[in-house]
Amino acid sequence: MNSLNLLKDDRGGQIFLGLLLLVAIVVPVLNLAVSEGHPLHLSTYTVTLTGKYLTYALLAVAVDLVWGYLGILSLGHAAFFALGGYAMGMYLMRQIGDRGVYGNPELPDFMVFLNWQELPWFWYGFDQFWFAALMVMLVPGLLAFVFGWLAFRSRVTGVYLSIITQALTYALMLAFFRNEMGFGGNNGLTDFKDILGFSLQSDATRIGLFLASAAALALGYLACRLIVTSRLGRVAVAVRDAENRTRFIGYKVERIKLAIFTFSAVLSGIAGALYVPQVGIINPGEFSPLNSIELVIWVAIGGRATLYGAVAGALMVNYGKTYFTAALPEMWLFALGGLFVLVTLFLPRGITGLLRRKEAAA
Amino acid sequence: MRHRLWHHPALSSLLLLLTWLCMPAMADEDSAALETAFELFQSKSFDHKAEGIELIARSGHERSKTILEALLKSRLFIKRDDKQIVIGEKLGKQYRINSALAAENLGTIKKRKLKKVGINNNLRRQIRTALATIDLSHPDPSVRLEAAQSMTGKTDQASLDLFRTILKLEQDSKVREALLNALAIAQLDAPDPQERLKAIDQVAGNLDPAIRAKLAHLEQDKNYPEVAQAAKRALDSIEFKLQIFSVLETLFFGVSLGSVLVLAAIGLAITFGVMGVINMAHGELIMLGAYTTYLIQQLLPDYTGVSLLISIPAAFVVSGLVGILIERTVIRFLYGRPLETLLATFGISLILQQLVRTLISPQNVPVSNPEWMSGALEINSVLALTYNRLYIILFCLLVFIALFLILKRTSLGLQVRAVSQNRDMARAMGVRSARVDALTFGLGSGIAGVAGVALSQLTNVGPNLGQSYIIDSFMVVVFGGVGNLWGTLVGGLSLGVANKILEPWSGAVLAKILVLVFIILFIQKRPRGLFPQKGRAAGD
Repeated sequence: MNSLNLLKDDRGGQIFLGLLLLVAIVVPVLNLAVSEGHPLHLSTYTVTLTGKYLTYALLAVAVDLVWGYLGILSLGHAAFFALGGYAMGMYLMRQIGDRGVYGNPELPDFMVFLNWQELPWFWYGFDQFWFAALMVMLVPGLLAFVFGWLAFRSRVTGVYLSIITQALTYALMLAFFRNEMGFGGNNGLTDFKDILGFSLQSDATRIGLFLASAAALALGYLACRLIVTSRLGRVAVAVRDAENRTRFIGYKVERIKLAIFTFSAVLSGIAGALYVPQVGIINPGEFSPLNSIELVIWVAIGGRATLYGAVAGALMVNYGKTYFTAALPEMWLFALGGLFVLVTLFLPRGITGLLRRKEAAA
Repeated sequence: MRHRLWHHPALSSLLLLLTWLCMPAMADEDSAALETAFELFQSKSFDHKAEGIELIARSGHERSKTILEALLKSRLFIKRDDKQIVIGEKLGKQYRINSALAAENLGTIKKRKLKKVGINNNLRRQIRTALATIDLSHPDPSVRLEAAQSMTGKTDQASLDLFRTILKLEQDSKVREALLNALAIAQLDAPDPQERLKAIDQVAGNLDPAIRAKLAHLEQDKNYPEVAQAAKRALDSIEFKLQIFSVLETLFFGVSLGSVLVLAAIGLAITFGVMGVINMAHGELIMLGAYTTYLIQQLLPDYTGVSLLISIPAAFVVSGLVGILIERTVIRFLYGRPLETLLATFGISLILQQLVRTLISPQNVPVSNPEWMSGALEINSVLALTYNRLYIILFCLLVFIALFLILKRTSLGLQVRAVSQNRDMARAMGVRSARVDALTFGLGSGIAGVAGVALSQLTNVGPNLGQSYIIDSFMVVVFGGVGNLWGTLVGGLSLGVANKILEPWSGAVLAKILVLVFIILFIQKRPRGLFPQKGRAAGD
C-alpha cells in the first residue's frame, strides 16, 4: 500500500518497476524452462550479464540520490561499491575452504602464497554470511559517514568535494593494490566456489543471484523514492538549490547531507556485494577513479533527479558498451566520449528528460 | 704529464742513480731501451734485472705495461735458441709465445725450449710500483683515477713515496682526491698511534667509503682508547655530513618530482583556477604535447636535441589550438556549471585518447632523450644530481616565470586576472570576456602541452599518459589554492618533497596514499587551499 503511495506521482517509476517485474519473471523462464537451442532460450551468460547490469543500476540509483537530489557530485562512489564487493568477496574466499590450490583450510590461496601464517584480524568473522552481509553495509557506510562528517562539517562543497572524493577512491585503489593490505593485492579475490552452499557455477544459483539483484534494485529504488518524497528529501532538494538559505532557515544541512550520503554509500555497497558473485572476481581496478566518473555519466545520460533515469542510463550505457566493444571496439570510446559531450550540451536532463518533454508537449 | 713527472728533480736523480749503467740507451728510441732491458734480463743477477725493469718502466713504450705484467706473473721467457724475450701462454704441454717487443705471434713451442725470467720479492715490489707509476702517469685522467683507487689500502712505503711525488704534479682534482685518500688510509694504518691520531684528524669529514671502513675498524681498537675515541668522533662527523647529504638528495628528488607535478598542474591552475573550469581533458592535452615531441622526433631522427627544443613551441601550439577548439565548441556553453564541464571534458578526454590510439598506436611510443640529458652532476662520492632531473627543475622554473610574466606584465594577463576576479565588472570596463576566455584556455592548454614535452623525457608516452597525471594535477591545484600560481608552485613542490621524504620508510605507494589522505584532511581545515584567492568573486 505504502509503495503505491510512493509511486503515485512517479510514472517513470511505475513503468520501470513494472518492466523490472516482467524481466524478473521472463528471464528465469526463458533460461530454465525453454530448452537450449530454442530461439527464445536465454543463455546463462546473458542472465548473469543482465544481473550484473542490475547491480550497476542500483549503484546508479545511489549516485542519483546524492547528485540529483542533494547536489553532491561524488566522483568516488565506485569506492563504496568496491568495498561492498570486497566484503562479499572475503566471505566467498572463506567459503572456498580447503578446495584452494594450496588446500589450506584456513587461509586463502594468496595468503599462503605470501607465506602468511595466520589469518589477519580483519578477516575474522567473514566465514559467516550474516557477518559478511553486515560488513557489506557497515564498511561503506562507516567510510561515507566519517568522510562526510569531516567534509560536510568543514563545508567542503562543489568542485572541491568532487575532487577529494576522487582522491579518496584513488587512495583506496593504491592501498588495495598493495599485497601487505591483505586483500589479494593486484589480483584481488577470485576463484570463488559457492555461496551459502550453492555452487556459483550452476544455472539455478545464477538465476537466484539475478533475482536477488532485481529485488535489491526494486527495494533500493523504493527506499530512495521513500527518502525523496519524505520531508528529508524535500529539504535535501532545498540544500541542493540553495544551501546557505536552507542553513539560515535553521536546518542542519550537515546532518541532512551526512544521512543521505551515508545511505547512498550503503546502497552502493549492497550493489557491489551482489556484483561480485556474479562476475566472480573483485580487484583494486574497481576503485579506479575512471569507474566513478563513468557511473556519473550513466546518471547524466539517463537523467538526473528522477531515479529511474539513472537505471535507464546505467542499462543503456552498459548494453551499448557490451555491443560496441564486441562489434566496433575502436568506436566505443568515441561513442561514449561523444555521448558525454552531447548529453551535457544538449540534454542537460538526460534521455528521460527528453521523453518527459515530449510528454509535456503532447 | 709523463715527461714532467720524470723530470721532477728528486725522482729523476734517484732513477739516474739506479740506471747509470745504461746511460747510452736513454738517449735512444723507446724500443732501444727495451732491447737493453732484455739483455739485462739474460743475466742471473737480480740487480741487473732491476735495472732492466726500471728501463722498461721509464721507456714510455706502449708494450712496457704488458711486459712488466707478464714478468710479474712469471710469463716472461727467454727462448733458449736465439735468446729472444717472449711472453708465453700455457697451452696444454706447450706454450704459445709472442715476441715481447712486437706482440708478434711466434707459434707454439715446447716448454723445455723456454727459460723463465726469474724474479724475487724485491723485484715483484719494484714491478708493482713501476706498473702503478705507468698507470698513474697515464695521460688519461680516468686511467690515473682507477689506478689510484685500485691501489688504495694496498700501498707500501715505495708506492706512498710515489703518491707523494705524483701529488705535487697532479692537477686533476678527482685523481688528487683519490691519491690523498690512499695516503690517508695508509697513514691510518701507521704503527705509531700518534701518526694515526694525526691521520684521523686529517680525514674528518672525508666521505670516501674506504676511509669510513678504516675508521670503523680503528674505533674497535682496544689497545689505544685515545685512537678509538678520535676515530669515533671522526666517524660521527662523517655520519653527520652523510646525513646532511642524504637530506639534500631527498630534497633534490622531492623538488624534481614536485617540478613534474607543478608542470603538469600549472596549466590546470589557469583553466581551473582562473576560469573555474574543471578540465578533465587536461591530462590528454599533456599527452598531445608528448606525442608532438614524438612526431617531431620522427621527422628529425638524427637531431634529438634540436627536435626536443623545436617540440616545446610546437607542443604549445598544438595543445593550445586544441584547447581553444574545446573552449569554443563545448566549454563556453557550460560556464557557471562546473560539474557539467567536468563531464563534457571527460568525454573529450576519452575521444582524444581513442584518437591517439587509432591514429598513432595503442601501444606506448619510444621517445629518446638527447645526450645532454643523461649522466649526472657528481657533487661528491655520495651526492650525484642526475641531469634529467636538474633540467626538469630548471624547465619548470622557466615555464613558471614565463607564465607569471604573461599574467602580470601583459595586457592579456591583466584582462585574464580582471575576468577571473569579477567577470561582470571586467565586461563593463570593455574587456571582451569571450575572447579572453578562449585565450586563457588556450594558454592553459598550451602549457599542458609544454609539460607533455617534459614528461616525454621522463615517462612512457602512451594513450594513458594523461590519466596518470590528472588526479595529481588536481590535488596540486586544490592543495595550493585555486586561482593562484604561487599556490600551485608551493603546493606542487611541497607535495613532491613530502612524497620523497615519506618514501624511504613507507615505500612509494604508501607515501602516495599518505599524501592523498593528508590532502583530504587538509581540505577539511582549509577548504580553499594553501593560498585562497582573494577578491569579490572568491565568495560565491
